[in-house]
Amino acid sequence: MARATTTTESRLTRWLLTAAALGFLALFLALPLLAVLTQALSKGIDRYWAALSDPMTVSAIQLTLVVAAVSVPFNIVFGLCASWAITKFDFPGKSLLITLIDIPFSVSPVISGLVYVLLFGLQGFLGEWALDNNIRIVFAVPGIVLATMFVTFPFVARELIPLMEEQGRDEEEAALTLGAGGLATFVLVTLPNVRWGLLYGVLLCNARAMGEFGAVSVVSGHIRGLTNTMPLHVEILYNEYDIVGAFAVASLLALLALVTLAAKSALEWLHRDELAAAHRV
Amino acid sequence: MNLQRRIVSETTGNMIEVEGLTRRFGAFAALDDVSLTVPKGKLVALLGPSGSGKTTLLRILAGLDFADQGHIRLDGVDATTLATRERGVGFVFQHYALFRHMNVADNIAFGLRVRKGAARPSKAAIAAKVEELLGLVQLDGLGKRFPAQLSGGQRQRVALARALAIEPRLLLLDEPFGALDAQVRKDLRRWLRSLHEDMGLTGVFVTHDQEEALEVADEVVVMNKGRIEQIGTPTEIYDRPATPFVYRFLGNVNALDVDIRQGRASLDGLELVSADGHGDSGRGTAFIRPHDVEVRAAAAEGLSARVRHLTVLGPVVRAELVLGGTTLEAELTRDELDRLSVAPGSEVRVGVRSARLFVE
Amino acid sequence: MAANAAIIGGRPRAPRRVIPGFGPTLGFTLLYLSAIVLIPLAALFLKAAGMGWDQWVATFTDWRVLASLRLSFGGSAIAALVNAVFGLLVAWVLVRYDFPGRKLVDAMVDLPFALPTAVAGIALTALYAPNGWIGSLLEPLGIKVAFTPLGVIVAMVFIGLPFVVRTVEPVLADLDAELEEAAASLGADRVQTFVRVILPALGPALLTGFALAFARAVGEYGSIIFIAGNMPGISEIAPLMIVTKLEQFDYVGATAIAVVMLVVSFVLLLAINALQKWRHARLRGG
Repeated sequence: MARATTTTESRLTRWLLTAAALGFLALFLALPLLAVLTQALSKGIDRYWAALSDPMTVSAIQLTLVVAAVSVPFNIVFGLCASWAITKFDFPGKSLLITLIDIPFSVSPVISGLVYVLLFGLQGFLGEWALDNNIRIVFAVPGIVLATMFVTFPFVARELIPLMEEQGRDEEEAALTLGAGGLATFVLVTLPNVRWGLLYGVLLCNARAMGEFGAVSVVSGHIRGLTNTMPLHVEILYNEYDIVGAFAVASLLALLALVTLAAKSALEWLHRDELAAAHRV
Repeated sequence: MNLQRRIVSETTGNMIEVEGLTRRFGAFAALDDVSLTVPKGKLVALLGPSGSGKTTLLRILAGLDFADQGHIRLDGVDATTLATRERGVGFVFQHYALFRHMNVADNIAFGLRVRKGAARPSKAAIAAKVEELLGLVQLDGLGKRFPAQLSGGQRQRVALARALAIEPRLLLLDEPFGALDAQVRKDLRRWLRSLHEDMGLTGVFVTHDQEEALEVADEVVVMNKGRIEQIGTPTEIYDRPATPFVYRFLGNVNALDVDIRQGRASLDGLELVSADGHGDSGRGTAFIRPHDVEVRAAAAEGLSARVRHLTVLGPVVRAELVLGGTTLEAELTRDELDRLSVAPGSEVRVGVRSARLFVE
Repeated sequence: MAANAAIIGGRPRAPRRVIPGFGPTLGFTLLYLSAIVLIPLAALFLKAAGMGWDQWVATFTDWRVLASLRLSFGGSAIAALVNAVFGLLVAWVLVRYDFPGRKLVDAMVDLPFALPTAVAGIALTALYAPNGWIGSLLEPLGIKVAFTPLGVIVAMVFIGLPFVVRTVEPVLADLDAELEEAAASLGADRVQTFVRVILPALGPALLTGFALAFARAVGEYGSIIFIAGNMPGISEIAPLMIVTKLEQFDYVGATAIAVVMLVVSFVLLLAINALQKWRHARLRGG
């Protein structure tokens, strides 16, 4: 970055500031990651593998995948519907709708789980109804899925809405004048235009779905082998002082985080014009 | 499948009939009781300043918007509530609206590919049509390019080819050349005109550029504030503007405040008679085109005026003349300028060949 | 080209929308929104509305609850302040300077967004516990981090780290170099230019980032409960109080705390939206 010297600091200042910034980041970002890795491998790689292949761990991994496999697609469909309704049409209450969609973002994860307990728990509003119909929601997998859907609700929509807003309606109108119907227009014209933004949103949605802890903790009942996702399993192992076990599972989640970050960055570098403007720094 | 020499089977008959169209946005009337007809095979310009309603009218014709009141008939059939995709109208957008993820060939083929069942041509037929259209718009060989790789003028031609691919009965263009360089604009204008003549399509285009409207269109519809001011051939609306707005909008004009008495007015010695023969009275405006202001030598007949300023614009000279309390703009040729040996500050004589008077 | 109905005397009714699909998409949107978000939230407020005044009083005069609220809000404010300062520093370095691996570092700033909170929680604990890499360095100095409010704040700093950086970066990147050049030509040195020209321009973005970091830290659970030690009255955060009450089947108490936190979050959300509008208006105004 070549700048005139009237608008740059002295070399020493630059060096000091850079060192300070990197030091801060190393302390808060790099060290925790390193800690995960070293703790997981602290008793050697055999213990690491043993921890990962423990049946309870495997079942936690499976549940995490199932929860993501259900909640992410629902939120994708929602994101596409919401962004189509919001960006291709004008109607009163649009900004209220957008604000409502953002709500889960600003709600504490614990509260996100609490609301479902209040709704479906034994003392909840629909608790009796659930009991009568033999439907277990709280302290069972459906509850975990619902709480996860709540927490990851806005991710896809938040990516698509500004992107589609920016892209406008011209191409869709053009497709209509050429004789295409609504579905054809959506599939042939709109989807290709938003595919990278959609992928970006799905990445974030998935990372959150797999990593959610607070909301799921409240709703799950912590029943090992049944209602434990990976993050919950980490907590259980940690509280039992199975340090290697806890960090082993944590290392998988950390790996997921790093892969998500890498994919996210790749999207931002390669396809920045096709993501919402907020990502183009 | 020959696009050239398409013969219009009925030489009479209107392609578009619009009656009493009104479109409001809240309290603002974008269109206010607009009616017009467009005969088959004609190329019509909707001309006016921004906010005049011309684009709104075009979009309503295309089915991209719907009027609050009024009817539209396309080729004799009521189309007021008809959806866009069923109107058989080709629309060229102001910013082209090319499908950014499809190459040129796919863009052009789109309208053919989305047809259902029997109406959909075979792959080979579609490919042949695309080739033909590429040739027509002089973009041969660029089928594999993407819109981002094309210049503005090229994109415009792709947009046109795409609209033509569905063999529309009516072509609508929204400020087709607005975003292009002056030279490219001139070339494309000429080319659109010849295309229209070859294909015999009915066409309506929106523009705010009067030169474009006058050069390209068979008929011009001048619009202002949601209403039609005048409809006529380019010559008609230039030579015989119907309203003060049209006078002011097209070409240069001297607009002078005068008191009109039975179609006559007097200003600083100038005796003006309204050319349309109306005998109205009241406060109003006299319109005199600069080329209707006759500049004569100082020794000739006429009222005395002083030359305040001369601007030479190529072959034409604009002279600012002061006549008592009135400033008049006159237009001379370079020859006349030399012959009269006029210079800033010199005295000349003026006369008015023709004027129109409008009461407020 | 389909034939169509004749005009049936009077004004024809025009279809209102040009692009198809409004009904189904808006319908599903509202349905899903209600089912997943609005109705569950309504359950919370309904429960709260049904609670007696004495139950509210009982909850909020409990010293444990008050302490947790103090820690959650107070700690978040301190952490957000730390993030404002260091986030600005990081954003400055990333935007203005170049060094090997800058892009990598920039990508890593989003780690707290992507890393599951439980993982962050145990990692931070491992680092700052008395036998951890950092904890063991601070122990001899008498500074305890893990299992104290300080540990809570450290976790909150981690959580809020990306917010200030990400809101300040674009504004910094768009800053007109000419402004600084003008200041320099008028005799200002770099510090003066920074304080008088650059910092004010970053004001709204900094404030927005602060508010976002604050809001996030207040509600955070997973990253904090491991390092906090959760000692009543000392290092318990409000979200933990909610969980504790739930485990005791004190739905009433949990609801009360949750409602207060939600109301604060919503107020913050509105404030942040207003701030962002202000920021955009500033940007466009030039």
